Amino acid sequence: MLEGLISGLFNGISIGAVLLIVALGLAIVFGLMGVINLAHGELMMFGAYTTFVVQNVAKSMGGIAPDLYIFAALPLAFLVAALLGLLLERTVIRYLYGRPLETLLATWGVSLILIQFIRSVSLPMVIGLAIFAGLFLVGRWVLTRYTDWERIGGWANPLFLGLSAAIAVLAWITIGNSTSAAFSRAWFSTRNVDVTPPSWLRGGITLGNTLQFPSARLFIIVLTVICLVAVYWFLNGTAWGLRIRSVTQNRGMSACLGIPTGQVDAITFALGSGLAGIAGCAVTLLGSVGPNLGSNYIVDAFMVVVVGGVGKLVGSIVAALIIGVTTYLVGSGTLALLFPPTAFLQPAIDFFTFFATTSMAKVMVFALIIAFLQVRPAGLFPPKGRSVEL
Amino acid sequence: MTTDMAVQPRRAAKASQKRKFVMEAIAIAVIALILVVILPLFLTPFRLNLLGRFLALAIVALGIDLIWGFTGLLSLGHGIFFALGGYAFAMYLELNTLGEGQMPEFFGLYGVTELPLFWQPFNSFPFTLLAIFLIPAIVAGLLGYLVFRNRIRGVYFSILTQAALVVFFNFFNGQQKLINGTNGLKTSTSVFMGQQVGSPGMRMFFYIATVIALIAMYALCRWLTSGRFGRMLVAIRDDENRVRFSGYDPTAFKVLVFAVSGAIAGIAGALYTVQSGIISPQAMDIAFSIEMVIWVAVGGRATLVGAVLGAVLVNMARSLLSERFPDVWLFFQGALFLIVVTALPDGIIGWGRRQFGSTVTSALGLAPKDLPYLADEPEVTPLSETPEFAEK
Repeated sequence: MLEGLISGLFNGISIGAVLLIVALGLAIVFGLMGVINLAHGELMMFGAYTTFVVQNVAKSMGGIAPDLYIFAALPLAFLVAALLGLLLERTVIRYLYGRPLETLLATWGVSLILIQFIRSVSLPMVIGLAIFAGLFLVGRWVLTRYTDWERIGGWANPLFLGLSAAIAVLAWITIGNSTSAAFSRAWFSTRNVDVTPPSWLRGGITLGNTLQFPSARLFIIVLTVICLVAVYWFLNGTAWGLRIRSVTQNRGMSACLGIPTGQVDAITFALGSGLAGIAGCAVTLLGSVGPNLGSNYIVDAFMVVVVGGVGKLVGSIVAALIIGVTTYLVGSGTLALLFPPTAFLQPAIDFFTFFATTSMAKVMVFALIIAFLQVRPAGLFPPKGRSVEL
Repeated sequence: MTTDMAVQPRRAAKASQKRKFVMEAIAIAVIALILVVILPLFLTPFRLNLLGRFLALAIVALGIDLIWGFTGLLSLGHGIFFALGGYAFAMYLELNTLGEGQMPEFFGLYGVTELPLFWQPFNSFPFTLLAIFLIPAIVAGLLGYLVFRNRIRGVYFSILTQAALVVFFNFFNGQQKLINGTNGLKTSTSVFMGQQVGSPGMRMFFYIATVIALIAMYALCRWLTSGRFGRMLVAIRDDENRVRFSGYDPTAFKVLVFAVSGAIAGIAGALYTVQSGIISPQAMDIAFSIEMVIWVAVGGRATLVGAVLGAVLVNMARSLLSERFPDVWLFFQGALFLIVVTALPDGIIGWGRRQFGSTVTSALGLAPKDLPYLADEPEVTPLSETPEFAEK
């Protein structure tokens, strides 16, 4: 009984750790900019696919590389997701600040594009993208340099964008049609791919007779703690962290005092996206990787942000742990086992057995969250002050 | 004398409003005639069925326009209400097909021997007709009350509705014993009023029913938004705190409009189900519910006509594109989200109004009518020219 409870708690905490690592970036971005990023899950997916690629490279290298790939994959996943996030912020989200609902829809559009990108990315498509980027950037550079850009920008910009996009798509299709099937094959396809964890993460630590702690989950917990400490240090110990915190508290005043809020936004968004990449790398240890990976986590991660309160790391930590532990305890049926099987308690046992699947546990946790929000509408640790209006 | 002056313009305004309503009613009658009489002659039964489904989806879009366009609440969970309406009708059809005392086949697979209690009322047709819109309305009202009571709004509301959607999806997906879980309920072979739902005659019947329902719902939304109630909704959208400080209770209005919107979605769900032949938890997919919002955005928010137009156009584009290039559709849809949000915030209707408005006025040689509040501002006379100043 006690062992069951301990292993239940451990599994719950490990689920909470995964949730926390997913929600961390989301919470920072939401706290600072009020931007709900529905493409967060897809950034995670990109981190996971980066891990997959790194692992394949490591496998082909042989030797001890397959055991150590994770240490190369973590920073790479961070980098890929952060760069993607930076691109996203510069091209789309920058224009939508102060319109949270529109941002929600725009990032959903981005997430659809990213999902389809992973499904159908192939060499011809990458060549097409490169052609587009080259044409657009070089063309813009030429135009801004040699023409009166201020005057013609209004119509030239969309025209130029459309032209480069059309040429790139044409190139993509012609290359795809004229080359061999092996050349134009999709890299990942729609099916899930499996990432084999390093051998030292496959076993577990056994305590006593039945207590078992899988190493992969221990690794994720450690990783989450490291990420938390790093984020805490970044926010509280560096100059940029100070700027981020000040913009979170009062954007207008910070701008008046000479803080470049645009740059702060970009850095924060890149950081949040990078954390999503790390989260993606972490979840590859738990299961297979597919184009729909992101949507499995995104709603739960938002719940963590909502329950925790905006812009508070502590809130996110506590909320993630509570939600993780509750979900696991309810979903695995551990709660039903806690009651002694007497006739008097039978309704309670039946009640908990009814919810004892992973999907039904979500039903109950949502009901609990709604009930909780009746008591504390702004989350566990609501931001103080009068100006907060979300 | 003063009363005369006040009454005269009001009468004129009322008369012009009446004229506008008559024009609109004529336009709707013409469109309905085209939909019901002329289009069936030209379209194949398959295409007509497709159009019927799109019109059913246009009904949900109307409901979303009511809460998003007019009240400013972005619900990402309208699939719940859509599916509830669909399930209610499908359950009735399931029972109606069987004789007295028989049970739907799938129950046998899961070892259920007695009809579950909540299936029982669906034996009666009047109850089902009410349930199609009352159950979604009650669920929406309850959820809305619990959320709005705490002044949870904005993105929080959107996230909570999305989470509710996931929860309902899980519930319907997981309960094999109660509602056949993932497989959903098939309706195409069921019997309704003595005929198979999938038969040509029944299809035409449901197509016409959809057109009628669409017009009725449009009229309802138009009525709701044109009067004081509609102005209240817009006031809540634009500045909820000021509404509260003026002594109104925004919560009640928001709960009511959310419930109405849920009811409309329920009706749409029932009509969609019988025309597509199946209702399954897929109707509560996250992507589908967000898509509904983009129909409204494409057409134009807070215009009602835009919602209908957007739903039909986007779905047509979808069926055209995804038939031929299934890959391209998702790229296209993503781009649609981006373009509408960044470049076309008022949708097709808003863009058309702006373009046409300026074209027409400039063609007629009229000055462009802009910034009305500047025109109303009283002219400022310099202090030196006022009589008081001149006296001194």
